[in-house]
Amino acid sequence: MDFGLSPDQELLQRSAAEFLAAECPPALVREVATSEDGVPRALYGKMAALGWLGLIVPEKFGGAGLGMLDLALLCEPIGASVVPGPFFSSAVLATLALLHGGSAAQKTHWLPRLAAGDAFGALALLEESDWLAGAGVVARARQRGAGKSGTGKSSSGKSSTGKSSTEWTLSGTKLFVLDAHVADVLIAAFRTGGRGEDGVTLFLVPRDAPGVEVLPLPSVDVTRRLAEVRFTQVEVPAAAVLGAPGAGWRTLARVLDGAAVALAADSLGGAQRAFDMAVAYCGVRQQFGRTIGSFQAIKHMAAEMASEIEPARALLWYAGYAADALPRQAPRAASMAKACLGDVYSRVVNRAVQMHGGIGFTWEHDLHFWFKRAKWNELAYGDVAWHRERVAALSKY
Amino acid sequence: MDLSLSPAQEAFRLRVRAWLKAHVPRREVGEPSREHGDPSRVRWLKDWQRTLYDGGYVAIGWPREFGGQGLGIMEQTIVNQELVAARAPQQIGAMGVLMVGPTLIQYGTDEQRARHLPRILSAEEIWCQGYSEPGAGSDLAALKTRAELVGDEFLVNGQKVWTSNAQIADWMFCLVRTDPTAPKHRGISYLLIDMQTPGISVRPLVQMTGDAGFNEVFFEDVRVPRRNLVGELNQGWQVANATLAHERNMLGSTTRTQEMFNGVLRLARTRQRCGRPASEDSLVRQKLAALQIRVEAMKYHSLRQLTDALRGRRPGIGASVNKLVSTELNHDIAALALEVMGDFGMLARTAGRVLDRGIWPYEFMFTLGLIIGGGTSQIQKNIISERGLGMPREAKGADQ
Repeated sequence: MDFGLSPDQELLQRSAAEFLAAECPPALVREVATSEDGVPRALYGKMAALGWLGLIVPEKFGGAGLGMLDLALLCEPIGASVVPGPFFSSAVLATLALLHGGSAAQKTHWLPRLAAGDAFGALALLEESDWLAGAGVVARARQRGAGKSGTGKSSSGKSSTGKSSTEWTLSGTKLFVLDAHVADVLIAAFRTGGRGEDGVTLFLVPRDAPGVEVLPLPSVDVTRRLAEVRFTQVEVPAAAVLGAPGAGWRTLARVLDGAAVALAADSLGGAQRAFDMAVAYCGVRQQFGRTIGSFQAIKHMAAEMASEIEPARALLWYAGYAADALPRQAPRAASMAKACLGDVYSRVVNRAVQMHGGIGFTWEHDLHFWFKRAKWNELAYGDVAWHRERVAALSKY
Repeated sequence: MDLSLSPAQEAFRLRVRAWLKAHVPRREVGEPSREHGDPSRVRWLKDWQRTLYDGGYVAIGWPREFGGQGLGIMEQTIVNQELVAARAPQQIGAMGVLMVGPTLIQYGTDEQRARHLPRILSAEEIWCQGYSEPGAGSDLAALKTRAELVGDEFLVNGQKVWTSNAQIADWMFCLVRTDPTAPKHRGISYLLIDMQTPGISVRPLVQMTGDAGFNEVFFEDVRVPRRNLVGELNQGWQVANATLAHERNMLGSTTRTQEMFNGVLRLARTRQRCGRPASEDSLVRQKLAALQIRVEAMKYHSLRQLTDALRGRRPGIGASVNKLVSTELNHDIAALALEVMGDFGMLARTAGRVLDRGIWPYEFMFTLGLIIGGGTSQIQKNIISERGLGMPREAKGADQ
């Protein structure tokens, strides 16, 4: 029984934190917030060189071949530095989709590019309903191939020769697509038949395909770039299907569990950093002839924050470990971690802003980057209540 | 990272489990003491600890020379977990095993160890803790019970309060003031006092639960032999703190928290709320899940501390948050049980339609006592912020 990190894992975290302290200070985050595309290219080049973008990509595809716990451990310092840009989209969402749903050819084409930072990926799942479920996928993909009626049932898309020949036309609007504007490939969910989770199909769509229109949706969290993506009669070949037609949710379920763990880890890092900033500030700010950290109200807030963060860290480690080693526990563990940390980060950073007093409320002070990222992390990919209900369902209450 | 036990540890767990299955007496789950000092109940609990002792399962972490098995933290954790899972009765001699025993091992004389340790383990003698006083609760170092050294004896005068088990205890480990002129932490000594000594009187205090769970203890010219001093004269504060710092095995208590949660979940499935099972009500589900997440976070938090201990690492801030978080969590679990039960939640144990033998209102109250006892939540937050985070210590009063 060893519920701790290996020396390699501790080194990964330590070196990532040191690297980001130097290479992604708040000044960079602030600068990138108003840049054209929100991607600090030089930083991403270095991150790619460190192997971060391909951390969970198998070695034969040019990645580091590490696991979900390792990825979570890397997401923590990334969250601590509120690193902007498409790390989450590419290294987590798109990579997981390809790992769990991709054919050999698709993996061979895309994973090395993602790992090297030569291409970015983005996941286009949510629609107007903002419903994180199979039933939330309403946008249609219609078949074009020879001899197909094209409606109603899930289809293997196979011709009589057994080869997949169906081509597809995609129509609909996706919302809240992270990093669509810089993605080379969109991994988009469309309905090809059925209802609910059954009949959802994932497609690999080049961003520059005719009919794809990306419209920015500026976010209050300036470290993240969201977009509305309109698909107007976008034609894709059979080879664009990721996984089997109609079986896309199988892949998406794994992606969403991975997303939950990664965001929980980002939240843990952010919470710890906001907490550290607040405690440090309280050690220097003086009022009434003493440091404000000497007032019991402040001390108790700090104690409460620490008491929430430490157990949450252990739960996050468990979720990462379960994702690698306990497949039956992994979905529930992911939801526990996301529900816990979505809540903890938001509350911790709220207190951190209050502990800073008036200056914590300014644009000029950096803390608002964490404050807003906390809220995005909390609400995206299943909010606290959504994940709690999932825990209830998976625990069979 | 690996959550599995080694084959040897798994085998140990199975042995413990089998032994407990064969030896745990049948009883009602979570039954609160009807009369805390009821002799028949005390006898029953002492017999249980004796059985546990004969089986070799009391204080297995103590060195062999003092009656333990010299086993490690992992084995101690396993035993604690299995005791809870088997719903074994409480250990009536827990004070001795967890507090005064380790103190004597570390600071006691050979004579003290020989005299007391075996009887602590077998529950032949029961111990109580003489710490708090009416004027010294959170500020324990302000204690005033005076022990005056006269020749070869201490003459003890004063009063202790919140003394659990005093009415059945054979011995008390007691913090007394031996030097009223020294700064308060430096004039305290740690004494072992025979509860049969003339001049000691015990008055039960009834808790809000209705049980006389603790007591006041009065000392009037009580003579205590000098050889009952543990550690050096006026070094009692350090002796007591070393015991408090002694590593408590957290995992036993997170198993208990999990059992409590399981109990509430069972309730939610069987009770109806507005015409359907409470466990189907979305608000109840949200609250259950929120608690479950806290329970599991504490479970893995404990595993992490266990791992740090196994790796020989010093406990960090994580160790400081245990008491604060666990006690409040247990109380919140009991609170949800009452919500799920609604009006049934307020029935006393004697009511004909009481559910679960009335354990839930009892637990709801008792767990509030645990938030206060052993260092209140507010004191824990002071400790966390000061010792854990390095924030400035509280300003003292003018006379401090």
